[in-house]
Amino acid sequence: MISLPHFPEHLQKLGPHTGKPLDRVDGLAKVTGKALYAAEHHRPGLLYGVVVSSSVARARIRSFDTADALAEAGVVQVFTHQNRPKLASRSKKWRDQDTPKGSPFRPLEDDRVLFSGQPLALVVATSFEAARHAAALVRIEFDEIEQPETRLLERLGQGKAPGRAKGGFTPPPGPHGHPQQALKSAFARVNADYLVSAEHHNPMEPHAATVFYEEDGSLTVYSKTQGPVGEQAFLSAVLGLKKDRVRVLAPFVGGAFGSGLRPQYHLVLAAMAALELKRSVRVVLSRQQMFTFGHRPYTWQHVALGAERDGKLVSLVHEAVAETSKFESYVENVVTWSARLYPCPNYSLNHRVVPLDVYTPLDMRAPGAVTGLFAIESAMDELAHELGMDPLQLRLVNYGEKDGLTGHPYSSKELRACYQQAAGRFGWEQRWSEPRGRREGSKLVGWGMATGVWDAMQVPASARARLHLDGRLEVASATTDIGTGTYTVMTQIAADVMGLSLESVEFKLGDTSLPEAPLQGGSFTVASVGSAIKAACDGLRDQLFKLAQKMPNSPFYARSQAEVEFRDGRLGLPGHPEAALSYAQILRQQGVSVLEEEVKVLPNLLKQRGYSLATHSAVFAEVQVDEELGTIEVTRMVTAVAAGRILNPKTSRNQLLGGMVWGISSALHEKSELDLELGRFINHNLAEYHIPVQADIRHLEVVFVEEQDEIVNPLGIKGLGEIGVIGVAAAIANAVFHATGRRVRHLPIRLDDLL
Amino acid sequence: MKKFAFNRAETLEDAVSAGASAGVRFIAGGTNLIDLMKENVERPDRLVDITRLPLGEVKRQADGSLSLGALVSNAAVAEHPLVRGHYPLLSLALLSGASPQLRNLATVGGNLLQRTRCCYFYDLATVCNKRTPQTGCAARNGINRQHAILGHSQACIAVHPSDMCVALAALEARVRVLGRQGERTIPIADFHRLPGNEPEFDTILRAGDLITAVELPSNDWSEHSHYLKIRDRASYAFALVSVAVALQLDGEYIVEARLALGGVAHKPWRLESAELALRGQRTSNSSYQRAAETLLQGAEGFEHNRFKIELARRAIVRACAEAAKGTRR
Repeated sequence: MISLPHFPEHLQKLGPHTGKPLDRVDGLAKVTGKALYAAEHHRPGLLYGVVVSSSVARARIRSFDTADALAEAGVVQVFTHQNRPKLASRSKKWRDQDTPKGSPFRPLEDDRVLFSGQPLALVVATSFEAARHAAALVRIEFDEIEQPETRLLERLGQGKAPGRAKGGFTPPPGPHGHPQQALKSAFARVNADYLVSAEHHNPMEPHAATVFYEEDGSLTVYSKTQGPVGEQAFLSAVLGLKKDRVRVLAPFVGGAFGSGLRPQYHLVLAAMAALELKRSVRVVLSRQQMFTFGHRPYTWQHVALGAERDGKLVSLVHEAVAETSKFESYVENVVTWSARLYPCPNYSLNHRVVPLDVYTPLDMRAPGAVTGLFAIESAMDELAHELGMDPLQLRLVNYGEKDGLTGHPYSSKELRACYQQAAGRFGWEQRWSEPRGRREGSKLVGWGMATGVWDAMQVPASARARLHLDGRLEVASATTDIGTGTYTVMTQIAADVMGLSLESVEFKLGDTSLPEAPLQGGSFTVASVGSAIKAACDGLRDQLFKLAQKMPNSPFYARSQAEVEFRDGRLGLPGHPEAALSYAQILRQQGVSVLEEEVKVLPNLLKQRGYSLATHSAVFAEVQVDEELGTIEVTRMVTAVAAGRILNPKTSRNQLLGGMVWGISSALHEKSELDLELGRFINHNLAEYHIPVQADIRHLEVVFVEEQDEIVNPLGIKGLGEIGVIGVAAAIANAVFHATGRRVRHLPIRLDDLL
Repeated sequence: MKKFAFNRAETLEDAVSAGASAGVRFIAGGTNLIDLMKENVERPDRLVDITRLPLGEVKRQADGSLSLGALVSNAAVAEHPLVRGHYPLLSLALLSGASPQLRNLATVGGNLLQRTRCCYFYDLATVCNKRTPQTGCAARNGINRQHAILGHSQACIAVHPSDMCVALAALEARVRVLGRQGERTIPIADFHRLPGNEPEFDTILRAGDLITAVELPSNDWSEHSHYLKIRDRASYAFALVSVAVALQLDGEYIVEARLALGGVAHKPWRLESAELALRGQRTSNSSYQRAAETLLQGAEGFEHNRFKIELARRAIVRACAEAAKGTRR
């Protein structure tokens, strides 16, 4: 059971629509099937491409035998590296908006096999069934099949600094003070290693691209992506087409979680085939093929903590060694969170990567933070136990009023209130200190808590607002809605700024013909695109006001804009209802058919300078563990989140619940099982790759903590995409320890860990 | 998926004669077969739809046994009043498997014939003796958390995934089969086989054999039975270990016991000696432990599933204790 929502009154409002738990504006379209996803767009004559994946991880291709496949009725072509049309040859052209250092993977590049599941051929046919059947008839002979390098733990010593960084990565600074010395002389110490499994994103909608070949030879691409703008640039570079010859659309995205941040190989193959065949082509990946590209990297961590008798940290060591591919050096922020969260005079942080024969890892919901917070928040729990201290008290003793790395104050940080309110709802003051201290029948009961933290980011974004003569407002930006509620909250912002009803506002997204928007990731969409929408609407207000002033006998003639109000589709003067004019009236009278404003909004770096910007959460979890059988149930969980202004408590709560469920999933279920001999993720289906089912989810509760922030961005929004999942696994692991006295330092925790 | 021909069997005889040809598969619910066909693991030339055959009844027979038609859905069996009333063990086992959607489609006969969920069996990129004889077993040195600890062979360490069959083993069900030589009855214990050197054969059925029904003997064990399924999530997961246990008690003493394990072998694992070990014993953990030791004799795990031996031991004790308390309804 998930607790019924109660939405606090304090959620600040821009107008009547923001801060309210409104239903999704696209909800009806989704539940009635009118919302079309990438693989659902159709035109007569569409061809279907099916990818042939490599069965080996490391080899050279000797030969293809495509005769049987080509002989099948309906098969149009089989593309391999031997007959593919020319694609960009320079590595630089294959870079996208989320590329780490290295040389991006190029499908059908040459005879080298770099990872298991690599696309080696594309079979194109007039029906999906024919293509799929023919794909099974393609025979590939390999030479030089070699044992893939897959063993991270045997190569920990060979980790390399990731070097030039990927966007969003902050390399950990060098050591501060004397962490080793301080550790030695500390009153209490923790010294432990932690392991986080590889995971795959597994959105409900598999990756797909439907590429329509237009009469003029340009491409219209329906894609599953978190960034149409980036895909347009990528496709144009890779295919050697002018940007205006490629239009990418993603009106609906069935979940992505980071898997849509980088263009994947199916997109290249579909577009390449369409151009070459001068036909429209669709390529959809199978669920099995969803395990053949990016994943959350398998990561080893070491944490050492030293503390005074009162719990104050004197030493903090956090090191990570993560896998990457042989061709790219993927990296994420794993270790810096510790020192930011817990200011400590002596610290040492380190992050290294080990190249293996796997595909490059890829940002996956709260990349790095899910991993790093599991380790540091488990270690803090271990330290609390060493000290005989309440784990929450230990966090409060080490509470960072300032960012422990930069020394900057936070633009806002209501983490203390998160602790307090979540602990209150959970009943933490009833906690018993000794592990194995409570039993219910055959079950041991345990409570655990942890902290979550994520960056509050804003990046450049553009938006356009158009007010029509009939009073309709059309707002647009080429962002996406990956299931988060973007359609809804952007509509709310525009409606409130313009003083319109939700029904009179239409928000368009997911189309490169619209103003540029960034990738939808990092929890920065609402802060970035929302700010642009607000600015565009503010611009419309200025224009409307000026038009109104120019009208003959205008009641606004001698007024300033600060004196007027934009309300219910009318421009008015408070106290003078007779003066009010509808927007349509103003436009009509002034002979304007449509009023338009397009803006690009950048973060106000001047205002943000000298501040640390972050979202925080506190997670409290209860588990019951069957002592004999080891089975674990998360019976209760409360998360309190401080994320600035909450625009829509319903969609926000929805995101946070999803995050909490995913936290349970990473704590107890998810694991991409890499067969070390084969270098192949072997549980590549949703029967064997476990995520929780409904029966695993019990009482979940979300608390929104009031947080006012005038610095982070004009809307005071911090974003919620990641924060819900962060810290959950540690809270559960800590609860498992409290229940059983067994400390499990790897994820997922499964029953055999507790037998 | 390979192209295939399709036709519907109008009579039992039609089905049997069509099924005798090479490359023919019967299809009923298709919940397993279609998946396997999509992955090219099963590559039939022809599917013969048997869903119109008159095998959809649950009926009491003259000798007191209960006959479950091969085409009765798993959901219908689980919810049938005669099953719930007299064979709650079977009902519980069925409801612990798959999902409501799958149980609505899956049939009694299909459940008996479902194939292993070994990841390697499903993945054509790997070797598998069950899929392609004499190629090797990738699971033995691979990810083998779900695999067998009992009765496995050098050639194969796969497990049979059914919950229903574990209950059927404890209930000593019989499988009615119509073949080219007529009808015959196979005790459930003999129906599935151990992998040996021929893991490609899951059962002793021959080409053309059509399961027509499963019969449950009249001794229904309904007072003291339990099905305990232990898995990695609360639902929709195959058993790591499952236990079907049925007891006849006289006060604190066990008169007679039936005990079968799932998730541990190529077939439901049942040993008469383990059941005899319970006969005449008190209903106590130490009795159950002795039975567990007997049943698990010779168990041998692999890198990722050694824990199953201890888990099975504890699960047997728990399941017996639960059964002794009286069937939960």
